[in-house]
Amino acid sequence: MPSTTPKSRTRASAYWKGAADGAPFLLVVAPFATLFGVLATEAGLNILETLVFSAVVFAGAAQFTALQLMQENAPTLIVLASALAVNLRVAMYSASLTPWIGAAPLWQRAIAAYFTVDQSYACSVAQFEKEPQMTVPQRMAYFSGVLSPIVPMWYICTLLGAAVGTQVPDSWALDFALPIAFLAMVAPMLRTAAHVIAACVAIIVSLLTAGVPYSLGLIIAGTCGMMAGAQAEVFFQRRRLQHD
Amino acid sequence: MIDQGTLWVVIIGLGIGSYFLRFAFLGIVGDRPMPSWLLRHLRYTAVAMLPAMVAPLVVWPAATGGEADLPRMTAAVVTLCVGLATKNVLAAIFSGAATLFGMLFLLGA
Repeated sequence: MPSTTPKSRTRASAYWKGAADGAPFLLVVAPFATLFGVLATEAGLNILETLVFSAVVFAGAAQFTALQLMQENAPTLIVLASALAVNLRVAMYSASLTPWIGAAPLWQRAIAAYFTVDQSYACSVAQFEKEPQMTVPQRMAYFSGVLSPIVPMWYICTLLGAAVGTQVPDSWALDFALPIAFLAMVAPMLRTAAHVIAACVAIIVSLLTAGVPYSLGLIIAGTCGMMAGAQAEVFFQRRRLQHD
Repeated sequence: MIDQGTLWVVIIGLGIGSYFLRFAFLGIVGDRPMPSWLLRHLRYTAVAMLPAMVAPLVVWPAATGGEADLPRMTAAVVTLCVGLATKNVLAAIFSGAATLFGMLFLLGA
């Protein structure tokens, strides 16, 4: 819509736009952080360990994965490899943010790297594509704006969850909070046939390899799923080209 | 119970590893192009790893000693369907949780 552009943004207005765009994600971040706090203390971590875990790693899905595997007494290397594999998507976020903010000073990129999470990535890329005339400092201002409501909430709710943690009764069936949370996260990501194929292959292989020692099944299943998705993408692309 | 030594190795290792994953492209690759096969595989990591982790927990839940369990199975299916239909994470979570509690209540009472 040419009537609304070009808007000249200041860094301050970019920051506040980011904060406004990030605020709705509080509804997602708060329950996830609380849940991590609760599950971590139920697994035997104290409040300090739980908080440090959240602050140092700062990646919800990877934290839940590590917690789950440690409870299954998987070897440390497997815990690390699996949790990092779950987190591979942030490498993709980092890669796709690079064309937009790669020209920022190294110290800013070093800080931005720590804060590259689902929410800051999703908002930023959408905004940068919508207003490509934004300067690099304005983009960095927007990026930090998105994070300012989310990050404190992540720490506070982890703490809150850890504080109430062990008082949650068994009848609440919190054992199943993680599967529900992950399924809810995955479902909206299944945008194409290739994504669905990746997920189905991963599920089937993971059930078949459930008996493989050291919880290695997860890595095998995840790798098969990724390869299936990538292959399916190539296949569908070729077919589309042939039809055109 | 989780061993203290393991816990700290995991926290620190995962912290460094996760940070490196995020810094690798933004900091080191900068604006150099990346091979398309790598990006193609990275696109499917989340949709492969997360279901792979959840599947055994749904089929053989630890809380029931590994016995397949109707409330948990139903809750998982409802969560997935609502998530697919609405594309809304919170709607999916609440429907899944409501299903789980509803079924546990109905079957347990």
